[in-house]
Amino acid sequence: MSGIDQSKIRNFCIIAHIDHGKSTLADRIIQKTGLLTEREMQDQVLDNMDLERERGITIKAQAVRTVYKAADGEEYILNMIDTPGHVDFNYEVSRSLAACDGALLVVDASQGIEAQTLANVYLALDHDLDVFPVINKVDLPSAEPDRVIAEIEDVIGLEAQDAPRISAKTGLNVDEVLEQIVQKIPAPEGDPTEPLKALIFDSVYDAYRGVIISCRVMEGSVKKGTRIRMMATGAVEEVVEVGYFGAGRLIPCDELSAGMVGYITASIKNVRDTRVGDTVTDADRPCAEALPGYKKVNPMVYCGMYPADGAQYGDLRDALEKLQLNDASLFYEPETSAALGFGFRCGFLGLLHLEIIQERLEREYNLDLVTTAPSVIYKVHKTDGTVIDLTNPSNLPDPSEIDYMEEPLVKAEIMVTTDYIGPIMELCQQRRGQYQGMEYMETTRAMLHYHLPLNEIIYDFFDALKSRSKGYASFDYELLGYERSELVKLDILVNKEEVDALSFIVFEGSAYERGRKMCEKLKEEIPRQLFEIPIQAAVGSKIIARETVRAMRKDVLAKCYGGDISRKKKLLEKQKEGKKRMRQVGNVEIPQKAFMSVLKLDEN
Amino acid sequence: MNKKRKPLELYVHIPFCIRKCAYCDFVSGPGTKAMQKEYEEALLAEIDAAEETAEREVISVFFGGGTPSAVDAGMLARVMEKLRSKYVFSEDAEITLEANPGTLDAEKLKCYRKSGFNRISIGCQSVHDEELKRLGRIHTFAEFQESFALARDAGFANINVDLMSGLPEQSEEKWEESLRTIAELSPEHISAYSLIVEPGTPFAEQKLDLPDEDTEREMYARTAEILAEYGFFQYEISNYAKPGFACRHNIGYWKRTDYLGFGPSAASLFGNRRWTNTADRSLHLKACGALEKIREDEEILSRQDAMEEFMFLGLRMTQGISTAEFEEKFGKEIHAVYGGVLKKYEAMHLLQEHSGRLALTRDGISVSNVILADFLM
Repeated sequence: MSGIDQSKIRNFCIIAHIDHGKSTLADRIIQKTGLLTEREMQDQVLDNMDLERERGITIKAQAVRTVYKAADGEEYILNMIDTPGHVDFNYEVSRSLAACDGALLVVDASQGIEAQTLANVYLALDHDLDVFPVINKVDLPSAEPDRVIAEIEDVIGLEAQDAPRISAKTGLNVDEVLEQIVQKIPAPEGDPTEPLKALIFDSVYDAYRGVIISCRVMEGSVKKGTRIRMMATGAVEEVVEVGYFGAGRLIPCDELSAGMVGYITASIKNVRDTRVGDTVTDADRPCAEALPGYKKVNPMVYCGMYPADGAQYGDLRDALEKLQLNDASLFYEPETSAALGFGFRCGFLGLLHLEIIQERLEREYNLDLVTTAPSVIYKVHKTDGTVIDLTNPSNLPDPSEIDYMEEPLVKAEIMVTTDYIGPIMELCQQRRGQYQGMEYMETTRAMLHYHLPLNEIIYDFFDALKSRSKGYASFDYELLGYERSELVKLDILVNKEEVDALSFIVFEGSAYERGRKMCEKLKEEIPRQLFEIPIQAAVGSKIIARETVRAMRKDVLAKCYGGDISRKKKLLEKQKEGKKRMRQVGNVEIPQKAFMSVLKLDEN
Repeated sequence: MNKKRKPLELYVHIPFCIRKCAYCDFVSGPGTKAMQKEYEEALLAEIDAAEETAEREVISVFFGGGTPSAVDAGMLARVMEKLRSKYVFSEDAEITLEANPGTLDAEKLKCYRKSGFNRISIGCQSVHDEELKRLGRIHTFAEFQESFALARDAGFANINVDLMSGLPEQSEEKWEESLRTIAELSPEHISAYSLIVEPGTPFAEQKLDLPDEDTEREMYARTAEILAEYGFFQYEISNYAKPGFACRHNIGYWKRTDYLGFGPSAASLFGNRRWTNTADRSLHLKACGALEKIREDEEILSRQDAMEEFMFLGLRMTQGISTAEFEEKFGKEIHAVYGGVLKKYEAMHLLQEHSGRLALTRDGISVSNVILADFLM
C-alpha cells in the first residue's frame, strides 16, 4: 500500500451548525461512492453511538475512507473526518481539523450562518484549511440559497458563487460536492521517508484490541512492528496493526504513510495514554519535535453523581472506569455527602458532556443516578496566601479564611435576528454579562459579543436564549480566564438541617433571588410528611428565604378489598418503594429528583 | 363447638351485576341466565375440588361480588348447600350476602333466610340521588329505603350499609347528611369507605372534582364522631358497628384467620399460603374445578411475611395488636423486631402502647398508609 499516490488523496472534514445536515451529507457521500450497499446503509453511519443518532449530534470524532472515481477518470481516496459538533468539544474539533487539508462548510439554505458556523469556520481557517461552502436543504420551501450565498461572501469572505446547491436528504447535486472535493481540496504533503510524525485526532478503547488510535500521518510511515511513542504522554508500545476506516469496520493494511488517515492498534490499555492532539512517533527514530497544538483538556464543570440506590456504588465506579477508558477528559474521584451517601465528584468539558455521561451511565449501565447542581471551578484565595481550586461547594473554607474568590469567565458570541436583540441583551445583563460589542451581519441579523461568568451559563442559559429568541439565537463560547468576584455559598436547610448536596456558590447579588426560587422549587418537590417542614435558604448564618411544606393530613386506605391482602401489601410496598427513592435528611425524606429539579429554576 | 377445630372462613364471588358502577374495579358484569347457570356449575366444581378440611370449622361465609342479589336466589341456595355438605359449620356462623337496592324483593329475601344467610350488606353509598347517579349506581335512595325495610321485615337482624365519602363534588355537609340519615335507620353495621379512583375504571378517564386532602381528612374525622353519637364504634379503618356486631368475617382478614375464596379473583389464605384465583371469568369457567388452572400467584409466606402482615393488617383495627400474641406467634419480642418504627411513631403520638396492645391513635389512623408501610422490612 506504500505505493499510494499522495496526489490522489483528499483529507477533509465537514463543518456545520447543528442540524444543518452535516451527518446526512456524510451518509450521502458514503452511499454515492458505493462504500455501502443500500441495505447496509443506516442513517448517519458515522454517528455510532445510539445517543448520537438520537440527539442528532456527533459526540466523538469518526473517520471513514471511501474511493471516488472523479470526472477526470482517476480514482481518489477520500478520507472524511466527522467532527464533534458542540462547543464542549471544541478542542477535539480543532484536532480533527488539524488532521485535514480542507473542509466543506455546510450551510442551511434557510437558516444561513449561525454562531457555531462562524466559530468553526474561523477555527478551520486558523488551521490553514481550504474551506469551500455547500448550500444544503435547497429543496425546502423556505430555502433562500442566493441570500445565504451573499451572506457567506459578506460575513466570512469566502467565494461562494459556485457553491453546490444540494439536498443531502434527496441526494440532489451531491456529485457536484464530490467533484469539488477533488478539485478544491489540496492533496496532502509530507515526506514518507522522514521520521514518523502522526497526529492523534481520536482514540477509542476496544475490549479485544485495546486502544484504537485514529491518526493522520504527517511525515514518515508506520506499520506492524514499529515501536511507537506518544510524545506527550511518553507511552511506548509496539504496533500490532495499522489500517484504514471502512464504513463501520476497520480494514487492515500494510502501512500508513505520510498523507494517509487511518488507525493504529498497539495493545494500549487506556485512552489516557493516547490523548487527542498528541503526536505519535517512532520510538527508535523519533522526529525532532511534536506537532503543535497539543493540550491536555481539563474539565470545566463539576458535579456530584450518586447512585440512587446506595448498593450500586460499586457499579457506578465500574461504569465510570469503563467510560473513562474511552473518554480521557472525564474526571472522577470518590466523595461523600451527608445527604446522598457515597458517590463521585465528576468533571466534564461542559454541560452537554455532563448530560451525555449521565445518560450513558443510566442507559448503558442501568444506573439510577442523583446528580447535584453542576459547579464551575472557583479559585479561592485564602488569607494565608494559598489558592485552592474549588469544585465542590461543600469544601468552601470558612469565610474568615478567605481573602477573595475568582470565577471563570467566557467570551461568548451570540447570533440573533435583530428583533430579539433587546430580550437577549436583557438576558445577558441578568446573567452578569459584560457587553463587548455588536456587529450587524446583514440588516436582519447581528452578532453580540459578551463576557459572561461561566457559572451563569452552565444551568439553563441555552434554554433561556432559545425561549427568548423563539429559537433563533445561536451561541458559542470559549474560556477567557478568571475574574475576581463577590461570591457566597448558599446553603439550603430542610427542617433546620443543612443539606450539603444542595449547597452552591452564587454571586452575592443573586443570592436572595436564587435562594427564594430554590425554596419554592423544593416546596413543590418535597412531598408532605407527617410533620411540618421548614425549607430555608441561608448565606452563612443568615436566613434569606423560607417556605414551609405543610404536614400531611390524610393518607389512609379506606377501601374494601375483601381478602385480597396481596394487593393491599403491594400498595404498601409501592409506598415503601417510593420512600426508598427518597433521601433521608434528618427526619425528612427528600425525593431524589428534588436534588436535580433545582437545576431548572425557571426564569420567568 | 369442637375446641380442637381451627376456624375457617369462606368467600364466594358472584361476578354478576345489573350494570357496572363508574368506580368499580372488581371482576363483575351483567350476565344472562345461561351464563349464570354455567357459572354455578364451575363454582360448585371448584368447591368440590377444594381442600378437604375435616378438622376445620367454618365461622363465616361471605357472598360478595358483583351483586350476589342480582342472581337467582336458588343458585345461592345451592352453593350454600354445597358448602354445608363439604364443611363443618359452627352453630353461630356469620353468613353474609352483599346486596344492592333495586335487586331485592320479599321473595328473594325469604329464600336467603331459608338458605341460612343471617347478615345482609346493602350498598347504599349515598342518600343523595345526584351522587348516586354520578357514581353510576342503578338505584335511588328511596329504593334503598325500601330494600332496607324489606330486609328487616324478612328477619335480618344484622344489616350493614355501605357508604362512600370523597365523592366528586361532595361537600362535608352532604356527607354528614348521608351518615346521619343512615345512622337513624339504625343498621347494626356501617362501612364507610372513601372513593379510590382505580385505573381502568370510567372514573379514571374523567376529570373529577374531588374533595381536597383537608376536606377528606375532615370528612374522615367527622365520620367517627357522628357515628359515635348513634352508638356505632369504629373497630377498623373503615368499619363501624353497634356493640357485638363487628363483622366477624372482616376481622378474620385482619387477624389472618384462614380463608378459602371461590370464584374468579377470589383470594385465599391457608396456612402459610396465599393465592388469588384468576380474574378471567371464561378461564374460570373452562377450568371447571381444575384448581391448578384457577389459582394464580400462589405465594408461600415466610415468617417475615407473616410478621409484616400481622402488623399491617392488625393495626387496621382500633384495638390494634397484642404484643404477647406477636411474641407467641413469632418467638420474638416485638420491640426487638420493630423497636425503631414503634419508637418513632409513638414519639409522634401516632401509635400507642396500652396494656399489652399496640394501636394507632386517631391521628395515626388518618395517615395509616405511611405508618403501615414502615412495618414492611
